Amino acid sequence: MIRIKNLHKKFGDLEVLKGIDLEVKKGQAVVVIGPSGSGKTTFLRCLNILETPSAGVISIDEQSVDFAKPVPKKKVNAFRKQSAMVFQHYNLFPHMTALENVMEGPVTVQGQDKAAARKKAEQLLAKVGLGDKVNEYPFQLSGGQQQRVGIARALALEPKVMLFDEPTSALDPELVGEVLQVMKDLASEGMTMVVVTHEMRFAKGVADEVLFMDGGHIIERGKPEDIFGHPKEARTQQFLNLIQKTDVI
Amino acid sequence: MMKFPKDGSAKMYLNSIFSDPVRMERLVDISQTSWLPLLEGLIQFTVPLSIISFIIGLILAVLTALARISTIKILQVIARIYVSIIRGTPLLVQLFILFYGLPSLGVTIDPFPAAVIGFSLNVGAYASEVIRASILSIPKGQWEAADTIGMTYVQSLRRIILPQAARVSVPPLSNTFISLVKDTSLASLILVTEMFRIAQQIAATNYEFLLLYGQAALIYWVVCFLLSVGQGRLENRFDRYVSR
Repeated sequence: MIRIKNLHKKFGDLEVLKGIDLEVKKGQAVVVIGPSGSGKTTFLRCLNILETPSAGVISIDEQSVDFAKPVPKKKVNAFRKQSAMVFQHYNLFPHMTALENVMEGPVTVQGQDKAAARKKAEQLLAKVGLGDKVNEYPFQLSGGQQQRVGIARALALEPKVMLFDEPTSALDPELVGEVLQVMKDLASEGMTMVVVTHEMRFAKGVADEVLFMDGGHIIERGKPEDIFGHPKEARTQQFLNLIQKTDVI
Repeated sequence: MMKFPKDGSAKMYLNSIFSDPVRMERLVDISQTSWLPLLEGLIQFTVPLSIISFIIGLILAVLTALARISTIKILQVIARIYVSIIRGTPLLVQLFILFYGLPSLGVTIDPFPAAVIGFSLNVGAYASEVIRASILSIPKGQWEAADTIGMTYVQSLRRIILPQAARVSVPPLSNTFISLVKDTSLASLILVTEMFRIAQQIAATNYEFLLLYGQAALIYWVVCFLLSVGQGRLENRFDRYVSR
């Protein structure tokens, strides 16, 4: 479903991604972990071309983009339609209700009929457990509810791939579970997902594959039980030790 | 320098009004007969001039603001020069150039269109700064969210950015509009028969300057008061989606 070849990203002189290769099969949930500054968020944003890679090739399903030369805007937009992004800070549209947030993509971008889009949006909101909040504005919702609207908004576009950028990092601890549950359900329905997260329990429980990134490289990848159970690389061990320590504190 | 009459003539003036029934009657008479022409000037010219100029000015302002924040250098430069010229020269001078100056180049514009052009250009320049600041105040994440759901630049602006920027713009743009309403009195100097010009014309026949200009001032104030009320309502409407 996703194929990435030799992906590089530079911000000025700073090289954040130093050649990423990756393949994700249809229906797989891939979790990316790593210390802050390791390039994992930049990597995810490249998949949606929110950051334009400096070099490399990204393919999602049948579409492929080579960043060796400038990519025309039309192609960027067409490519984006295959994936949908869930943000750390939700980025809901504050001037629209939950329902309008979810309808916006299908109606404005895909030109769907309003009544049909409304019906679908209502179903999606019910699916993420917000059937009774359709007419609330984002400021009236808790962080966890807002993030679930964010997920529904992304799903409304019927993407082939869902991208999650630290979806629970901005949430109060007691609200993390409701968002993870929605993501878990999605994974079990066979949605192809790439998730950047610090939630190790989610990685252990849901991921088909875990990637450990550091310094712009993928250092290690494998099944969650292998990465968490017996990491091969010293840096992975170090990182996991640190995380487990803070878990105890 | 201001001169205060030492002989107490100001006091005498007031006394003469209140103690002289004939003079009192004359003033009441003039006042009564001048309300209607003043209001006519208001409805016929002051209000349309304000509304038309504000609408055209806002469109100019949005375009100018977008040019300023675009990545295209030449657009930025054009927008900057436009704003600089309009803000750097007096409104009255601009109106005089349009109405009295341009005929030297063979371009003759009637008073009302000349005033519309002048005021629109003015609003465009000043409001562009307001709108630019409002657009920049919208978090980057809103653009990104619009991007990821596949919106084009124009769709992002129309659906996501401008509706939010509009909320931030209401107080400063209300300032601009209220200023504009009062500034339209300058159009009297390029022969637009708006309210203040009518006040001048009436006062020229009966020399009751204080009365006529006072009446005009009162009407301006009432109009601007109503606009402030409108501003409050608009703010409430926009605030329905923010916590307070």
